[in-house]
Amino acid sequence: MRIPPWVGVAPFLAFAFLFLILPSGVLLVGAFFGGDGHFTLQNLIDLGRPRILSAYAVTVQLSALTAFLGVVLGFLLAWSVTMGGLPATLKGFLSTFSGVASNFGGVPLAFAFIATLGRVGLLTAVLKTFGIDIYDQGFSLYTFLGLTLAYLYFQLPLMVLIITPSLEGMKREWREASVSLGGGRWTYWSRVALPVLTPPLLAAFLLLFGNAFGAYATAYALTGGVINLVPILIGAQIRGDVLHNPGLGYALALGMVAIMAASIVVYSWAQKRASQWGL
Amino acid sequence: MFYILGALYFLVPLLATFLFSLRGKKDEIGFQAYLNVFADPNFLKSFSFSLEMAVLTVVLGLGLLVPTVLWVHLRAPRWKVALDLFSLLPFVVPPVILAFGYIKLYGPAPFAWSSSPLLLAAGYVVLCFPFVYRSLDGGLKAIDLKRLWEAGASLGAGPVRTLFTVVLPNLRSALLSAVFLTFATVLGELTLAVLLAWPAFGPYMALVGRDLAYEPAALAVVSFGLTWAFLGLIHLFSRGDHGVSRTR
Repeated sequence: MRIPPWVGVAPFLAFAFLFLILPSGVLLVGAFFGGDGHFTLQNLIDLGRPRILSAYAVTVQLSALTAFLGVVLGFLLAWSVTMGGLPATLKGFLSTFSGVASNFGGVPLAFAFIATLGRVGLLTAVLKTFGIDIYDQGFSLYTFLGLTLAYLYFQLPLMVLIITPSLEGMKREWREASVSLGGGRWTYWSRVALPVLTPPLLAAFLLLFGNAFGAYATAYALTGGVINLVPILIGAQIRGDVLHNPGLGYALALGMVAIMAASIVVYSWAQKRASQWGL
Repeated sequence: MFYILGALYFLVPLLATFLFSLRGKKDEIGFQAYLNVFADPNFLKSFSFSLEMAVLTVVLGLGLLVPTVLWVHLRAPRWKVALDLFSLLPFVVPPVILAFGYIKLYGPAPFAWSSSPLLLAAGYVVLCFPFVYRSLDGGLKAIDLKRLWEAGASLGAGPVRTLFTVVLPNLRSALLSAVFLTFATVLGELTLAVLLAWPAFGPYMALVGRDLAYEPAALAVVSFGLTWAFLGLIHLFSRGDHGVSRTR
């Protein structure tokens, strides 16, 4: 007797349904119900409250900034590694390191940055001996700028990991063709390489954006939950009734999932375009 | 020369953390902070809890995913698209949201599961799923599963025997990679653990970070070293996979 295909996938589907689909669905549906159990759009409207809008704005800014910097700097880093003619052993080491560093988030990362740029951090102290007191100048690790620096620590390696296959897939023949047709370096980059690399770069940006947007651990560990970010707000709602209205918490979650889902959709589209060139 | 700048950016915080951790005793350079950490009973408690959770997650996750991925590869290729889609979903539903959903759905009666470690493990399986799936999928792409399976069958092995003696050994590096990535993820995980109120290693580190100055740095060094060790092991084992047929 032949077992139908879906039977083998059933346990996984059941698991995914129970522990991924259903819990998120319940949250998203809950956003449409008020404290009294009636259907309402009030929660969504309440998302327009200044504190919440500000949380979304700051989170989007942080995610976009670290994604952009991650893409640009990570691209330069990856390019200098793949095209810069590094020996193979060093490349292997770097890829392992990128794997480690992109997972090195949350609490240990926060500690590492506090040890570096905190009030008594190593770099802070070193700069002091040169007469530069960054904290006097208004810098603080426990702010937007500090978070940006910390987020980059896992964004950059992620970028390197994502874009290296694409860079390695760039065929030498393209460069040679461009040169043989009389084009210089600038022509190659502006007319050949960057246009081809745009879909993978866009995909990478979206992945990094989503990665930063959903990040909770690093922000929590670094700022103790005092910075106004959407994940932190949701976390605060889970742990105590900060908003005095669970429906609003669910609406927050809905907003977050909507943004993540949108970025994943565009990411998938960009990935498809990238595969046109075999990247 | 960007990699020099990049290297600096990545190495300086690590160096700073290490040097900071050596300042455990006033005006003395030593490993006092590390001693304090290891002497803290909560360190061992939380670390072993997270270790147990990691093992549970590996068993649950691989037990669920390996048969599924093999099945899809052999008997249900049309479902591959669905699996690929599912591997993107945990990205759309980050741990914060997942924790929120679990508490709302499985917290109250009739479930009351929020006090069951299995719920945490389930959450971890979901979190690690993209990595595990990508490992397994990559490993399967490199071997000709159908042919291997048929060869085993034609030599008289039943499906279970073929699975354990033919298929799994050829997936060794993919499996190890999945196991180590899961371990690394679960050991350091904070969000699910703290929001579901479990005494895991992540929340322990956060607590230490709030009260003490040098011990957190020591913890960070230990944690980073562990992750490095795991991923280095993956790299080491993944290089031994060259005797396997590669089909495009």
